[in-house]
Parts: sequence; structure tokens; C-alpha cells
Amino acid sequence: MKAVRLENLTKYYGKARGVIELNLDVEEGAFFGFIGPNGAGKSTTIRTMLGLIAPSGGSAKVLGMDIVKDRNKILENVGYLPSETTFYPGMRVRDILQFSANLRKQDCRQERMRLCERLRLDVDRKAGELSLGNRKKAGIVCALQHKPKVLILDEPTSGLDPLMQREFFSILQEYHKEGITIFLSSHVLSEIQRNCMRAAIIREGRIIAHDSVEALSKTSAKRVTVHGEADWEKLSGVRDLQENGGSVSFLYAGDMGRLVQVLSQGNIRDLAVAEPDLEEIFMHYYGAEE
Amino acid sequence: MTIIRHELKQGKTSFIIWTAVVAFLMAVCIFMFPEMKGEMENVGQMFSSMGSFTEAFGMDRINFGTLIGFYAVECGNILGLGGAFFAALCGASILAKEEKEHTAEFLLTHPVSRRRVVTEKLCAVMLQILLFNLVVLGVSLLSVAAVGEEILWKEILLMHLAYFFLQAETAGICFGISAFLRRGGLGIGLGIAAVFYFLNLVANIAKSAEFLKYITPFGYTEGADIITGGRLEPVLVLLGMGYGLVGIAAAYGWYCRKDIR
Repeated sequence: MKAVRLENLTKYYGKARGVIELNLDVEEGAFFGFIGPNGAGKSTTIRTMLGLIAPSGGSAKVLGMDIVKDRNKILENVGYLPSETTFYPGMRVRDILQFSANLRKQDCRQERMRLCERLRLDVDRKAGELSLGNRKKAGIVCALQHKPKVLILDEPTSGLDPLMQREFFSILQEYHKEGITIFLSSHVLSEIQRNCMRAAIIREGRIIAHDSVEALSKTSAKRVTVHGEADWEKLSGVRDLQENGGSVSFLYAGDMGRLVQVLSQGNIRDLAVAEPDLEEIFMHYYGAEE
Repeated sequence: MTIIRHELKQGKTSFIIWTAVVAFLMAVCIFMFPEMKGEMENVGQMFSSMGSFTEAFGMDRINFGTLIGFYAVECGNILGLGGAFFAALCGASILAKEEKEHTAEFLLTHPVSRRRVVTEKLCAVMLQILLFNLVVLGVSLLSVAAVGEEILWKEILLMHLAYFFLQAETAGICFGISAFLRRGGLGIGLGIAAVFYFLNLVANIAKSAEFLKYITPFGYTEGADIITGGRLEPVLVLLGMGYGLVGIAAAYGWYCRKDIR
């Protein structure tokens, strides 16, 4: 059974595009990355999966259950951390966490205490007094305290300091080892590269790539850095060209033989050809259709 | 029950303030009666000869010199307006506030159906209105007893029942509107309550506008009609409850399928 399956999932807000014919499978137990810049459709996809908005077409299943017909059963097994965590301002963190547990009809005290200690969350503070980081921590505890089968995280690290981000990902890895599926939506590509096994890239409401993070990083494009001079205009397939003093760096997706030929005709002092990092791959996918 | 308890806690301060203010004003009004009683003959004559103003408040059909006549007009206005505003505020904000304050995402990503959310929020509104009325009724009865006047149970209970219906209807209509709003509905709620009140004044003044009594819930809370007739006008009450139920049905119909942004 797939933890998440989207089939031609489409959402329009009136005439405005949300997402268009998304097809996506996430295996149970996966640590899955969902990459895209603001406005690409990441949050729309997630909000549809959670039943907050109704799809305009297609279908989505979480843990084999339909998001429209079985919304409540899905939500029993899902933990969700929104990109902007907002709580009832007059309530104390302790009461918010208990309210969340009561809505789930579960006794989450033990896990809640453990998480609050690890995240150093002061449960006596009122929600209205919380900083962005502390709101995020409270959101993390809400999403995790009932030990969900699927964890959906939308830009989870915004507002968390680097130490807390490390602790957060360490907690996520522990949950992942216990078999929990993690669906991580982010535009911080290093987070995806460090933690996820597979990822999908969404652009203007459509999924444009979906593969293992390793395979996504192994596109035909290479990062070429050259110290010296050559006639770069003779090359086709050059992108993201940056000149810095006597060095030139660019993403190259053209013929390697032609590259070697052009380099041999120039005056080259040093050369490096490397696999691009995920950020560059991302730029590659985003630039490809521009 | 979880959402009902949560809503009652969330609305506690507003409930305490509204209930205390209305109950206090009712008590003050009742305690003023013995002092005014002696002068009532002249005052009563004055109030009954003010033309449209007299008709607007039904003072041409009741004796302002008796406690029940005084209660129907003075206390009726306090409870009528205060109660309608309180009910409108409760009803108009309870669903809309979740989206306005961005807490809908928190609430609705828990395993609770939208139907349950609507039902428990509606129960919370109606419970607050019921408690509000019980406290105000209790304080009013104690005040009447304290000033040594006879408690005319039937008339007073009928009047309070009518105001409870008025508040339930107003809350029901505002609850329906609340489901359609993405921002707070306080202004709309207060506006609706005020419009209802003035529609009744117009219906009392102009014969050609009497049909407005079939629209405004203040039509069946008219103290003069209740005291002289000894009952609530069933057609008006049923119509009013119908309007309230339409509002509630609209809330279920829309909120259960709306996109939460």
C-alpha cells in the first residue's frame, strides 16, 4: 500500500491555477521530499491531501483511503505541521496540546512530555506570547505527540534556530526508523538532500520530476568550473554561467566531446567537472522551460 | 463535547461581561420602579400621549404605572437589545473566527468531521444564550422580589421565553452568515440585530409596515401583546424559528464543503 497516491489531482481556485494533474506515489515508510518555490502548488497539494480544500478533479489517497470519503480516518493517522503555525491566542501551550490530544481522543502525555523536553518548549506560556520559533515547536509537538503513521510537514524549519533544526531532524529520523512515513515540503534543498530518499519537484502546479534524490542529482548536467579562457559561445547547453575574475563556472548539459574540444582550443590553467548539488538541479529544472 | 468545552472557555470573558451588564441594568431598572411608582400617574399619562413614540414602544396598550407594564417596556428594551446583540455576536463570530484568526487549519486537520465542528459550535452558542437568559431571569426575579412587588410569573416567564426565542433566531441567522465569512462577522451581526430592532419600531408606528413583524423577531417579543394576550403569537414565533433553522441549515450546507484557505 502507498502512503500517498495522487492520481491526476487538480485544483483550481475559480480560474486561478492551484495544481494540475498531479500524479505521485509515496511508499510507506519513505522520507519523501516535495520541492518547489513559493506559489508552485506545494501547500495546495498538502491542503488537498488533508481535506481542507476539495479537489477540482482527480483523486488522492492517503494510506489507501480516499481524501474525500475517508477524511476523518486519514486524519486519525496523520500529523500535520503547517508552514505558519497559529493557535488560539488566549490559551496556554499546555492546554493547546491537551486540546489537540482530546480532539484525537488519545492519551499523548508521555510522548508530549518527551518532545517538549527535547525541544525545550515552555508549556506554561500563552500562545499569543510565543515567538515564531516557539510556535513552530508547539506545532511540532501537536503533529507528533499522537505518533502518526504519516507525517506531513510544510516548510517545517522556518523560525527554528540551527541547533533546534538539528534536533528536529534528529527526532524525525528516529520516527522514520520506527516506520513513519514523512512527507517533507520545503524549498530548503539541503534539508531534502540530507534527509530524503525520494523527492518530487513541482513547478507552476505540475510535477516536473519525481525520482530518488540520488537520481535527481545525477542529471546529465555537470557543474564545470574553469580557470582560464576559451570561446564559450561555441558551446550549446550552457546555463547559469558565472564569471568571477579569471574563472568561469557554468552548468553544462551539452556534448562532452564538444566541451573538451572547445577547452583544448582555449588557454586553460585549471578545470573541475563535478555533479551539481540539488540546488543546482532545482535551478536546472526550473530554468529548463523558461 | 471537546469543542463545546473549548468554545465555552474561549467565549467565557465575553459571556461574563454581557451577562453581568444586562443583568445589572435589569436590576437597576427594577430597583428604580418603587421610586418612580408614585410619579407614574403623570408619567404614564405623558408616555401614553406621545403619538408615534408611544406606539413604537407599545406604551398605548399597557399601564406604565404597574410593575409588569414598566418591566415590559423598560426591562424589555434592555433584554431585547442586549440579548440580541449578544446572540448576534456569538452566532456571527463562532465559525468565521477560525479562518480570520488562522486557527481553522489547526482545528480541521484533527479527526473531527466538519459536521461535528458545526454541531458543537452551534451547541456552544445555544448553551451560552440559555445560560445568559437563566442568569438574567434569576437576577430579574430576585430584584422584583427585593423591591416587594408581586411576581407575575406567567407574564414575566412568557416575556423571557420570547426573548430567548429572539436570541435563538438571531443567533441561528448569524450562525448561517458566519459560515460564509472568511473574516470576522461582528459588524454584520451587530448590524442585523440593530436592523431587526428598528424594523419592529417601524412596524409599530406605521400600519402599512405591519408586515415587518413577520420578518423581525422583535415582532413576537412585544411586551404589550404578551401581557394583553397572555401568550406568544404562535405564527410569528414559528416563522422566526423557521428563519433561524434556515440559517443553521445554510451553515451546515456551506461549511461542510467550503474550502478552508
